[in-house]
Amino acid sequence: MVLFLLLFLAPLGYAAYLSLFQERLIGGTAFVGLDNYTQALTDPQFLHGVGRVALFFVIQVPLMLLLALLFALALDSGLLRLAAVIRLGIFVPYAVPSVVASLMWGYLYGPDFGPFAQIARKMSLPVPDFLSDGWMLGSLANIVTWEFVGYNMIILYAALRTIPTELYEAASMDGAGAWRTAWSIKIPALRPALLLTLLFSVIGSFQLFNEPKLLMSIAPDVISSSYTANLYAYTLAFTGQQVNYAATVSFLLGLVIVIASYAVLLTANRRRTP
Amino acid sequence: MSTFLSAASPAPLNRRGFLAATGALTLASALSACGGDSGSGGSSGKAVSQADIDKAMKTPTELTFWTWVPNIDKEVALFQQKYPAIKVKVVNAGQGTPQYTKLRTALKAGSGAPDMVQIEYQAIPTFTITDSLLDLRPYGAAALKDTFVDWTWGQVSGANGEVWAIPQDTGPMGMLYRQDIFDKHGIEVPATWDEFAAAARKLHKADPDVYLTNLAANQVAAWHGLLWQAGAKPYVTSGRSDITISVDDAVSQKLGAFWGGLAKERVIGVEPDFTDSWYAALNKGKYATWITAAWGPVFLSGSAKATAGKWRAAPLPQWDASKPSSGNWGGSTTAVTRSTENPIAAAQFAQFLNSDPAGAKMFATEQFFFPATKALLTDASFVGDAPAFYGGQKVNQVFADISSTVGSPFQWPPFLDQAATDWTETVGKSLADGADTARALGAWQSRLTTYARKQGFTVHA
Repeated sequence: MVLFLLLFLAPLGYAAYLSLFQERLIGGTAFVGLDNYTQALTDPQFLHGVGRVALFFVIQVPLMLLLALLFALALDSGLLRLAAVIRLGIFVPYAVPSVVASLMWGYLYGPDFGPFAQIARKMSLPVPDFLSDGWMLGSLANIVTWEFVGYNMIILYAALRTIPTELYEAASMDGAGAWRTAWSIKIPALRPALLLTLLFSVIGSFQLFNEPKLLMSIAPDVISSSYTANLYAYTLAFTGQQVNYAATVSFLLGLVIVIASYAVLLTANRRRTP
Repeated sequence: MSTFLSAASPAPLNRRGFLAATGALTLASALSACGGDSGSGGSSGKAVSQADIDKAMKTPTELTFWTWVPNIDKEVALFQQKYPAIKVKVVNAGQGTPQYTKLRTALKAGSGAPDMVQIEYQAIPTFTITDSLLDLRPYGAAALKDTFVDWTWGQVSGANGEVWAIPQDTGPMGMLYRQDIFDKHGIEVPATWDEFAAAARKLHKADPDVYLTNLAANQVAAWHGLLWQAGAKPYVTSGRSDITISVDDAVSQKLGAFWGGLAKERVIGVEPDFTDSWYAALNKGKYATWITAAWGPVFLSGSAKATAGKWRAAPLPQWDASKPSSGNWGGSTTAVTRSTENPIAAAQFAQFLNSDPAGAKMFATEQFFFPATKALLTDASFVGDAPAFYGGQKVNQVFADISSTVGSPFQWPPFLDQAATDWTETVGKSLADGADTARALGAWQSRLTTYARKQGFTVHA
């Protein structure tokens, strides 16, 4: 309880406190009440950042969880050869720090000397510009999916292993095949684990930071300093010295995450009790 | 994906935070009083006597020095040899912006800041506006004025003659070019920017895979250097809170039309520099020149090994060939923080490190820094060096000559990071997109003006 207060509530309270002031390079600090909040709620940079991560969430997360689910089911089916090797192979990207991953993908995406561009050129195909305005969100989604699919797979796989085998025996007695078993037994049993991975993904998506921050150095004209809401807060604090406004933006972002998580929980629960 | 809140919260019990907390219930005036932090305490202009200096240098003292210079221990050892009582702890807190961020946080928290710190010329006003640097005049720094190249002294001096830091190295701008590519396409080394533009069109037409140069759309430092060469005065501060921002004036528009035009025609590259792709481009001959600074030659010979022997150095093309001029890009200094408890020893360190002839020379031979001292720029062993990477050309001599053409005094704004970010998102973006650079300059001007006003400055256009 003390730890909770110290590590969670104290910084939160301090950020809330900071967000009520404005410190300027000339003229010092002044109490401005909720001014920062009214400013943020009409700040296009903040709103676009939130909108962008929301879009990212809507597209990337279902794709990633679907992949994770498919991999988990495939591994659990026991039909794969070298299952242990495959499991490790899918999980390994999670162990790669996201900084390294972003740098690596940044190189792969390169329009001149990146391998994709070179292969395309060899085959006389148009070179896809992964780092352009139109592709960027997809390119980021690809990196994040690559990083986290294994992590989510392990959670789902572990949940699958806890399903009592009697259920499978009963199902096969009733004449259910592998697909039928997966659909009627495994996936319903996975519901809590899926909800957990979904919640992690909500938080992760809305806090998107490392990947855009790193790709920014190779695509500065596409990824602006306010590309995601978290990046915007960082820029405000460390580039513009607007610590108070950064606290405000962070606080509002936290609020968005709480609301989004709650919405996810609510929809999931409503579905469970028809 | 990392959480942001924890990083943004400095220690809650610093002096300012505590005062603000206690004052919150009373009046806003109390807050602004404690936030204002006028330059009380620390040193006034009074000179320190030689006896005080001698005493301080014999008193056992531990100093902390933040620097990113590799193997600087060798230079620091020279200082410790001379002053055995003083122990200097060298800490690498990151290069450039990451270090400044840490420094700012430590200064705000009121503990953990170093005594001496590596700081680039352009970052000095960012720290003097918060009263974070010590004026080194009382410690004898003014006597060093003639040791250093004239324009560097202008960079470290304050409006009232304060000496905020001691120059360490410099980056007068020049042009590195590929002799072989020039020969192949019959291109002369351009002496003016007009010739440069003509060569850019000619070269790209002759070989669509090759560009005369790359103006990185994320490199505001190069833009500032080119402004400097053209004689622009984008930021002029007078007093503490008055600033004139003119990043959209006639000179800027001239640069904007020139580079924006070439970028729009797609006869130059605009890719971000110091990235994998850019290194590969230099190695594979995508660019025939690199507009760079005096630190460029050594840097390039390490990063484009595949092209050894093919490069040469020349001055920047000129706007007016009869009056050669250049700007500066990069280079840094040693400053002393106002929070130091040992100002005398720290100031002596900053001065000795960069002005002691043996130490200054070591920077040129060990770290391959381009010197800031006049003596080295005429030292035959330095300017006579003829590296094979440049086909035996005396590259240091070329840049030493350029150094003396770095003219007009150039001032930096007290919010350089913001200026840089805004440049990338307006002017840089227009270059990358082949869009209207003239309009982007206007956007840069208005974003900076808005920011400066919000920060309490009186802004003149």
